[in-house]
Amino acid sequence: MTIKGKAYIAGIYEHPTRHAPDKSTAQLHAEVAKGAIEDAGISKDDVDGYFCAGDAPGGAWPMVDYLGLNTKKLRHVDSTETGGCSYIIHLGHAAEAIAAGKCSIALITLAGKPRTGVMPPRAAGAEADFESAYGATTHNAYGMCAMRHMHDYGTTSEQLAWIKVAASHHAQYNPHAMLKDVVTVEDVLNSPMISDPLHRMDCCVVSDGGGALIVTTPEIAKSLKKPLVKLIGHGEAMKGPRGGKDLDLTYSAGIWSGPRAFEEAGITPKDIKYASIYDSFTITVLMQLEDLGFCKKGEGGKFVADGNLISGVGKLPFNTDGGGLCSNHPVNRGGMTKIIEAVRQLRGEAHPKVQVRNCDLAIAHGTGGLLGVRHAASTAILERV
Amino acid sequence: MVDAKKYPAPVTNPETAAFWDAAKQGKFMIKRCTACGEAHYFPRSICPFCYSDKTVWEEASGEGTIYTYSLMRKSPTGPYAIGYVTLKEGPSVQTNFVDCDLDKLKIGQKVKVVFKPTDGAPLPFFTPA
Repeated sequence: MTIKGKAYIAGIYEHPTRHAPDKSTAQLHAEVAKGAIEDAGISKDDVDGYFCAGDAPGGAWPMVDYLGLNTKKLRHVDSTETGGCSYIIHLGHAAEAIAAGKCSIALITLAGKPRTGVMPPRAAGAEADFESAYGATTHNAYGMCAMRHMHDYGTTSEQLAWIKVAASHHAQYNPHAMLKDVVTVEDVLNSPMISDPLHRMDCCVVSDGGGALIVTTPEIAKSLKKPLVKLIGHGEAMKGPRGGKDLDLTYSAGIWSGPRAFEEAGITPKDIKYASIYDSFTITVLMQLEDLGFCKKGEGGKFVADGNLISGVGKLPFNTDGGGLCSNHPVNRGGMTKIIEAVRQLRGEAHPKVQVRNCDLAIAHGTGGLLGVRHAASTAILERV
Repeated sequence: MVDAKKYPAPVTNPETAAFWDAAKQGKFMIKRCTACGEAHYFPRSICPFCYSDKTVWEEASGEGTIYTYSLMRKSPTGPYAIGYVTLKEGPSVQTNFVDCDLDKLKIGQKVKVVFKPTDGAPLPFFTPA
């Protein structure tokens, strides 16, 4: 049993807003749902599967009601919550449901307002009494990974900075990007230290916004007007300190989700023409490139240096919308926009200055939670038909 | 250095109450599984490695080395250093480093446990040994 080729992404929509003081979170969900439904060229009454995560106000049943989905038809829901990679996991789960005949047109939404609204608190786990007082935040949890990676492999701040430099080269062409200025390695190193060894420019932006997808059967996708993009491999995994045994913060759960996805797709990292890699921080990208097999563990620094991630310049064009480091990071969750830019690349709809030529195979990969504490990862491999 | 930071009191629960009772006596406890011999942290009643329920409390030395850390410079309550300490007994534990010059922390540095008061049971932290 495989999901290879069983589901297509027929609709995508990224909200153009980065600052939405005049909108509600539910409204943003509705706006991105409408956008993806219109992009696919279907009716909202055709949707028979709905997927959302912790950013959806009240969860699946209030959202299904608020969005006015057709409850006579809706027969599959999934509110798997794995932080920023939830939507990559949803994509795989939607494909599984479609392959099993449990739904035929799935809607996945993400939206929220970390800049202008209140973010729901993270639910406490069994570890709360033993960890919450120590103030783990995204910055310092990823800082701890970077610190150890530098210690074990000699990775440098200059190498990490190249990731931001590449993102900024792409963001200059995205009219919606929050940070459009091209930056240099020196700019990154001279930006204030936030949580050692991560500088301000090693960190992604905070933005309001959202995005949505329509995932459907091959037959329905072929009846619609958009270029065909199919899911050919998917993986998901989780990692944590596991009782403190053999702690190693230099790799992520991507080391398991990646090979699962590549094996299902029947391809290798060398075949990938474009990579959407979650960039909550520069170190997130570096570790994930290693974990996914684009280079050996410990050689990520060398791999990302000297513009190797810049479209048209380097070997692996990444995050051609400017990513979380420069464009947006809706609800502090980067998984959705990673899928959307990968689909744009496969459709040939990326900005001409960053469009990868003959882009037929792309990867969208993300993590959720805190890389330095406990987290999930998910990998999707997409092919242009 | 005066550490004026106010820390939250542990909520505690039946599974972990013995840890906090021992903390009040200045003892830093870990759990060890008598079936597979592995120690773990934070404490669970079922061994996370072999799923045996034969886990017992053990007083740890409170000594270890810094596995990694990050000095959080942008915080409304002032800079603090979060990290992991690998205990002599094996498990690595998340903590903050206190009562020291935070700019001089190093991976591999030897540290020891120190308890800080809360409105409930005291919390374990680490400081250079």
